[in-house]
Amino acid sequence: MTLTPAELTSAVSGGIGTSPQRPDGNLKVRGEFAYASDLWHEDMIWGATLRSPHPYARIVSVDLTEALKVPGVYAVLTHSDVPGRNQYGLEHKDQPVLAVDVVRYQGEPVALVGADHPETALRAMKKIVVAYDVLEPVVDMETAADSAPLHPGGNLVRHVPIRRGAQDLQADVVVSGRYEVGMQDQAFLGPESGLAVPAADGSVDLYIATQWLHVDRAQVASALGLPEEKVRLTLSGVGGAFGGREDLSMQVHACLLALHTGKPVKMVYNREESFYGHVHRHPAVLYYEHGADHTGKLVYVKARIYLDGGAYASSTPAVVANAATLGVGPYEVDNVTIDCYGLYTNNPPCGAMRGFGAVQAGFAYESQMDKLADALGMSPVDVRVRNAMTEGSVMPTGQVVDSAAPVAQLLKLVQDKPLPAGTSSDIRELPGGVSNTTHGEGVVRGVGYAVGIKNICFSEGYDDYSTARVRVSMVNGSLAAAVHTAACEVGQGLVTIMQQIVRTELGIERVTVLPMDTTIGNGGSTSASRQTYVTGGAVKAACAAVRSRLDGRVDIGSEVIDETVEWRHRATEALDPVTGQGNAHVQYGFAAHRAVVDVDVELGLVRVVALDCAQDVGRALNPQAVVGQIQGGSAQGLGLAVMEEIQTSGGKVRNPSFTDYLIPTVLDMPPMSIDVLELADPHAPYGIRGVGEPPTISSTPAIVAAIRAATGLALTRVPVRPEHLTGT
Amino acid sequence: MDFLRPETLAEALELKAARPDAVPIAGGTDVMVELNFDHRRPAALLDLTRIPELREWSDGLRIGSGVPYVRIIDELGAQLPGLAMASRTVGSPQIRNRGTVGGNLGAASPAGDTHPVLLASDAVIEVASVRGTRMIPADEFYVGVKRNALEPDELIVAVHLAPAKGPQQFSKVGTRNAMVIAVCSFAISLFPEENRAGAAVGSAAPTPRRAVDAEEFLASTLDFASPKPLLDSVKREFGELVSRAASPIDDVRGSAAYRKHALAVMARRTLGWAWQELLGQKNGGGEHACA
Ligand SMILES: Cc1cc2nc3c(=O)[nH]c(=O)nc-3n(C[C@H](O)[C@H](O)[C@H](O)COP(=O)(O)OP(=O)(O)OC[C@H]3O[C@@H](n4cnc5c(N)ncnc54)[C@H](O)[C@@H]3O)c2cc1C
Repeated sequence: MTLTPAELTSAVSGGIGTSPQRPDGNLKVRGEFAYASDLWHEDMIWGATLRSPHPYARIVSVDLTEALKVPGVYAVLTHSDVPGRNQYGLEHKDQPVLAVDVVRYQGEPVALVGADHPETALRAMKKIVVAYDVLEPVVDMETAADSAPLHPGGNLVRHVPIRRGAQDLQADVVVSGRYEVGMQDQAFLGPESGLAVPAADGSVDLYIATQWLHVDRAQVASALGLPEEKVRLTLSGVGGAFGGREDLSMQVHACLLALHTGKPVKMVYNREESFYGHVHRHPAVLYYEHGADHTGKLVYVKARIYLDGGAYASSTPAVVANAATLGVGPYEVDNVTIDCYGLYTNNPPCGAMRGFGAVQAGFAYESQMDKLADALGMSPVDVRVRNAMTEGSVMPTGQVVDSAAPVAQLLKLVQDKPLPAGTSSDIRELPGGVSNTTHGEGVVRGVGYAVGIKNICFSEGYDDYSTARVRVSMVNGSLAAAVHTAACEVGQGLVTIMQQIVRTELGIERVTVLPMDTTIGNGGSTSASRQTYVTGGAVKAACAAVRSRLDGRVDIGSEVIDETVEWRHRATEALDPVTGQGNAHVQYGFAAHRAVVDVDVELGLVRVVALDCAQDVGRALNPQAVVGQIQGGSAQGLGLAVMEEIQTSGGKVRNPSFTDYLIPTVLDMPPMSIDVLELADPHAPYGIRGVGEPPTISSTPAIVAAIRAATGLALTRVPVRPEHLTGT
Repeated sequence: MDFLRPETLAEALELKAARPDAVPIAGGTDVMVELNFDHRRPAALLDLTRIPELREWSDGLRIGSGVPYVRIIDELGAQLPGLAMASRTVGSPQIRNRGTVGGNLGAASPAGDTHPVLLASDAVIEVASVRGTRMIPADEFYVGVKRNALEPDELIVAVHLAPAKGPQQFSKVGTRNAMVIAVCSFAISLFPEENRAGAAVGSAAPTPRRAVDAEEFLASTLDFASPKPLLDSVKREFGELVSRAASPIDDVRGSAAYRKHALAVMARRTLGWAWQELLGQKNGGGEHACA
């Protein structure tokens, strides 16, 4: 085959807009990918964590004597062995590395053991004697602010008010409701794991599965009392994150043990410990009132939102800001009154999870929109389209939406998709599947719609940037590039995206991605749907710097062109603390879903038959990865709609296992029809819009709307359980 | 931990007699989970997978305790439709490749999926030790929460289960459409020649159990020899009696009230399907169970 001149001179393959195969895909499917839990070091010992069995208790005494006698034990450490500051946290440093005189949640780390074998460590752990004075836990978020304070400043972590327009209006039609969102877990498959290796000079290397190397490092260094340069982090194989790895788990613990014993220390949580070892999605209680005129135009929205942050603040302040600022959804409303509260309780700590505050609000405001449609006798799509925001709309914060906001278009796209055929007669496609609960009896079909909004990147004036280094040299007679960042690949496909960007920008096909570590500047967090935007932007900028030095040459001899660039998105502002006004967000992302469900109304079992989605992604740098994110986000939303919940009782977790914390299987998730719009955002690199979170927001309310349509029930809580559907 | 690997049943029974603390392991889908979770630390494991006799079935039927679910579905589906239906709902393909009815009986979890079928179909469990063989009716096999009638030196050798004499159904409620532990389950087996039916509930009492009153109700109410279409009132009464046979609890998987409700619904529906099939057979129509 010969190539035409056009083909010969066209850009190298595997650039942006294509979907080159990702390097980890086959390995993961075949079980050959090296995760952090596979780390190994000559001579290493194992760390284990003794955790509090109580949600709230005073520590009366800790006796390590017997534990220290166990042969093979190298160290047993408590808070008094923390050389630096025994407090850390993403936003407030309120969480002890090891508990001092009080434990505030079930599973809080109290002591550490380092031993020659995991089994030895377990045995020694069982010999640590902790005397607790058990206290009455605070578990109700709505009354937590007035309960006995769990922290010095009281139990209110943050209150964000939004006041826009008139505050006391009447409307033709008023609907109100109280909604609840249960505690969802990220349920990543690779449990927390890491390996800390001490060096002779008192410094330490930590190989770790995380979402943000530099913020981990800052917190670890502070707890160890070391300057940051003495703590080096390298990203290890990450088995999913979804927000659950933004906070520290064993990072400090492993380093403490390593520095204390002088030995490499490996720590791996098992599944149960993982449920105690990371933050979850905030459960929420949301009160909403919507007023509209008789044409369906929203006159006002009022909301009071409670988010249960659990025992420590984690990212609660930012989650509160999201729920508040995105609290009316992708709709134009001139008059908004919102009060959003994040609380401390003795429930498990909650923090970041895909959708981050927007998910909780989304369930409530979309439920309200359906209620409003019902009250007006309008269709759910019409009432949404009537109020849909567009480019130029003003947010409740006063911020003008200054790029595409195709809310009505997204809704119409999902509405116009063909509906699936009627209820199947194959039991595999009915609620219950091969469990053989129905052959069609009691099965009612329902259709529901939802649309959601999510802020992309970090907000409220945060200096959100990433650092990228691109190096070009000759390898075997042709140009080759290497790209280096500290931005974490957690499975989302950043490695491939960075290669694609370098190929497109430099026309160099061979691109190596160097290990992600702290020898380069901050890459920022792999969260807020921001890495393709911000680290992608940094790589693009670094390529531009390299390109101007390359100056069109294809042979640079022995020269090495090496450029490092720090890149930040446009600045945002803080919210006014009284009115909640301010240009707080960088970019908004939108997705819409139409769900079709079959509900066995007698047994309360649900099968989601179709879950179609339309989303604007600005520009699909890797179309297959975009679709993958939409499928995954939708599946996570399906989980919240019908099955996923960490159940607690008196602050204790009742289902810390995959036996009883259920996530959707391939037989629960329907194949999706997905429309991807590419309406470029002029402010973003390549026009891209963050992809990962928006589909998680609209999936849940669309499914619940469909279940409501099938059953006629109000359904104000997710996940919807068979008990809710059968009144039992 | 010792790992004992007998090649024959006789050898396995000798080992079990000598080491009553040895935990038998067949598919390992329960045992390995318990070891991983550190719920159990046996001094020895007794691997049964090398014993050919346990991995065979013969006409009659006598099903070796080590026959995995996938083979029950593929090879015995026509003769034992109820057991095959229950087997199909166990875990995932990986679990069905490894897991066995013997293991389900060994674990004796109230939520084990095969138990209601074994109870409703008059299965007999063959257990053996160096002292001899015992034939234990399924009825007498489940003695408490996760406890069965085995003596410490005994092994489960086989399950005796006659080929279906009439329509059979199994139904299981879980909060996910696959790979889920039963919130509650129900099995029914019709014995038209004996003018009766077996019925049993799972995951709705400390042990799997027969719904005796419900069975008696069907035997006294229905004419199996020349079946007429079922009255709704019969289905409802049957559902009620099945529900009353249960004594469920509230737990993370479901409420007691829901379990009672769901059992009544499953009982009604499965009786309807089984009866419809019987009507089809008697009227020679080859009609199908699907409504
Ligand atoms: C992911 C997953 C999903 C599951 N889903 C289901 C489900 O949907 N439904 C369900 O019912 N179960 C389920 N199970 C549980 C398990 O698969 C079943 O109970 C299975 O039948 C066990 O069979 P096994 O051969 O693997 O047993 P093993 O694990 O080998 O043994 C189980 C128990 O029986 C004892 N035992 C085994 N063989 C003998 C013998 N011949 N004589 C005496 N004692 C013996 C063992 O000592 C042990 O106590 C699931 C398990 C997993 C891990």
